[in-house]
Amino acid sequence: MIKKLLGTIALSVLCAASYAAGGGYKLDQAPDRMNDMAALQNGAKLFVNYCLGCHSANAMRYNKLTEIGLTDEQIKKNLLFTGEKVGDLMHIAMTPEDAKKWFGAAPPDLSVIARAKSTTMGPSGVDYVYTFLRTFYRDTSKATGWNNLVFPSVGMPNVLWQLQGPRILDHVTIHGEAQADGGTKWQRVTAKYDAQGYSEIKTEVLQNYTGSPVDKAILSSPDGNSASVFDHQVADLANFLGWMAEPMQLQRKTMGVWVLLFLALFFVVAWRLNAAYWKHVK
Amino acid sequence: MAGEKTVETTGFLGWIDRRFPLTTMFKEHMSEYYAPKNFNFWYFFGSLAMLVLVIQIVTGIFLVMNYKPDAKLAFESVEYIMREVPWGWLIRYMHSTGASMFFVVVYLHMLRGLFYGSYRKPRELVWIFGVAIFLCLMAEAFFGYLLPWGQMSYWGAQVIVNLFSAIPFIGPELAIWIRGDYVVSDATLNRFFAFHVIAIPLVLIGLVVAHIIALHEVGSNNPDGVEIKQGPKDRNGHPVDGIPFHPYYSVHDIVGVAGFLMVFAAIIFFGPEMGGYFLEYNNFIPADPLKTPPHIAPVWYFTPFYSMLRATTADFTWVLVAGAVVAAIALFLKGNLKGIWRIAVPVILLIVAVLLRIIDAKFWGVVAMGGAVVILFFLPWLDHSPVKSIRYRPTWHKYLYAIFIINFLVLGYLGTQAPNPTFNLMSQIGTVIYLSFFFVMPVWSRLGTFKQVPDRITFHAH
Repeated sequence: MIKKLLGTIALSVLCAASYAAGGGYKLDQAPDRMNDMAALQNGAKLFVNYCLGCHSANAMRYNKLTEIGLTDEQIKKNLLFTGEKVGDLMHIAMTPEDAKKWFGAAPPDLSVIARAKSTTMGPSGVDYVYTFLRTFYRDTSKATGWNNLVFPSVGMPNVLWQLQGPRILDHVTIHGEAQADGGTKWQRVTAKYDAQGYSEIKTEVLQNYTGSPVDKAILSSPDGNSASVFDHQVADLANFLGWMAEPMQLQRKTMGVWVLLFLALFFVVAWRLNAAYWKHVK
Repeated sequence: MAGEKTVETTGFLGWIDRRFPLTTMFKEHMSEYYAPKNFNFWYFFGSLAMLVLVIQIVTGIFLVMNYKPDAKLAFESVEYIMREVPWGWLIRYMHSTGASMFFVVVYLHMLRGLFYGSYRKPRELVWIFGVAIFLCLMAEAFFGYLLPWGQMSYWGAQVIVNLFSAIPFIGPELAIWIRGDYVVSDATLNRFFAFHVIAIPLVLIGLVVAHIIALHEVGSNNPDGVEIKQGPKDRNGHPVDGIPFHPYYSVHDIVGVAGFLMVFAAIIFFGPEMGGYFLEYNNFIPADPLKTPPHIAPVWYFTPFYSMLRATTADFTWVLVAGAVVAAIALFLKGNLKGIWRIAVPVILLIVAVLLRIIDAKFWGVVAMGGAVVILFFLPWLDHSPVKSIRYRPTWHKYLYAIFIINFLVLGYLGTQAPNPTFNLMSQIGTVIYLSFFFVMPVWSRLGTFKQVPDRITFHAH
């Protein structure tokens, strides 16, 4: 029975994953803080505190964080809790087997997640993480009690809920189903999820609808709190994940400027050398 | 001295030359190899392909020092190279960007050959060696793409190896034999690694040497398609319209190298993923044999051929049947095949037409994809135009070339996209255009009013 249930969860996660990959929810653009050391350090702190419990970052060493301005001392004092050494990789104690048992799917390693979640010629993985972490809502119909707009039926609960505070969701979708007679049957689904995750879902058939599909979701706070503080924190975290996916990206770009300048000079020399040789060729 | 050759050089070089034809070889291939004076920028891509080959081999050596060909370790070892190996990220990006740029320069190099008729007599072997190099390059890229062991590596290999199972009778066993397992696995990774770092590069280098020896034997073609050896000669017997490769073209090619390196460096340092085309984003997810990605796309350089594979559906084989029947009738009535071939070729085509409807369409998709490359081998005998260069062909030939190029690019785009009915129809049309460009070439290439080819090359002093 449990096996079947887990199988269903795993399957729905899979389907959801493919849905997310196929476009789905429109991603917000994350603020670019890749050059902001304070933001990256804050992101690192959030990452170690909130993500590293379940997700590993097996390619990442703690002391790599010195590249975003932290000292070994600071890393030891603030980011190492369970006896790791500063030169250790960011492994976790949970085995993938246990994780699968508990969550239905093993939480992915996050070393390069920001690159993996990028879209070809589309939004970056940082945008994905930024939107994903801000679109959790309570849903009593799910095993964890949480659901997500970017990754529907995700196995992960909203670990940042204390930072975020309660949210209510108003979600309107209009989607068409192709019919056997060649026409399209359009439906509008209006869903309201309150702060406890109880939902009220209304489905109506639209006659003669001629527009395009709609997926509009508004997450708001029941007590009117603004989301800006939370968004700010998530932006730091998302940027940190973006940095961690390729820690050398900052030096890569700086170096690139010098390499191109050198090559431009080399080009001029090569061009004039060639002209000097060919000047007398008739 | 007894037993020693007399040579012109003295000193250390003389000592060498008496034992090894160093100066002779340098003269033959560099300082006294006469190339036409009128090369344009299209002629950069040959030397650039050599440059990229060297980049790939050198960076490849350093990658192998740190890479682990093991299904459990491969993915992490690539990230280890990216983060922990000093300059590993640069070496890895040079190699991954080099793979794509290799195809960029080789496609442009082949296009040059197509434009100026560089495959025509007496350069058939130069062209054939070149197409063999292209085939090797495709194999090399395919084997290498499995090594990072990401999702696209894994499922791309799975899809391509599965193609072999479409071959009638022996297919399924053949696919298992190639993989060394029932699915792509550690065994597959190890053998692909062996092919990628030893077998194919060895063949590739041998073919490159053969390509250049054959080229230097017959001499380079040029944008006018005029033989400089048939033109006037100076008092040393060298063609007046030619110029020693070294120093004139060596300094010339350095300009091309500088320009190329600027593009190459810009990609490496500012956009190594090239928006997801050079490094596919899904390949940053470790290979998972239990999770098929919703959309499996090969890297961009394979996508035109991948489109042709996908285009060949059961319905589409009717189009191919029609093509085979028309070709059989045309060859029987109008073809100038000699003797037994006059009957045999049309009969074979008719048998193919029948088989097209008997054997599974998937197999014919593989044939279409493979045939799209193999047909290039026959180009020297498909082109019947009285002139070599596009410059002296009828204007509408130029439009045909333009359609061919645009069609190839569109097929490439379609191959990166998830299939849908419109795109499938487009790739079917594209496949017909690609195949008929070559198969009907014996007919169209001799039609139209050709321009007068000059006796000598057109050269404007710099």
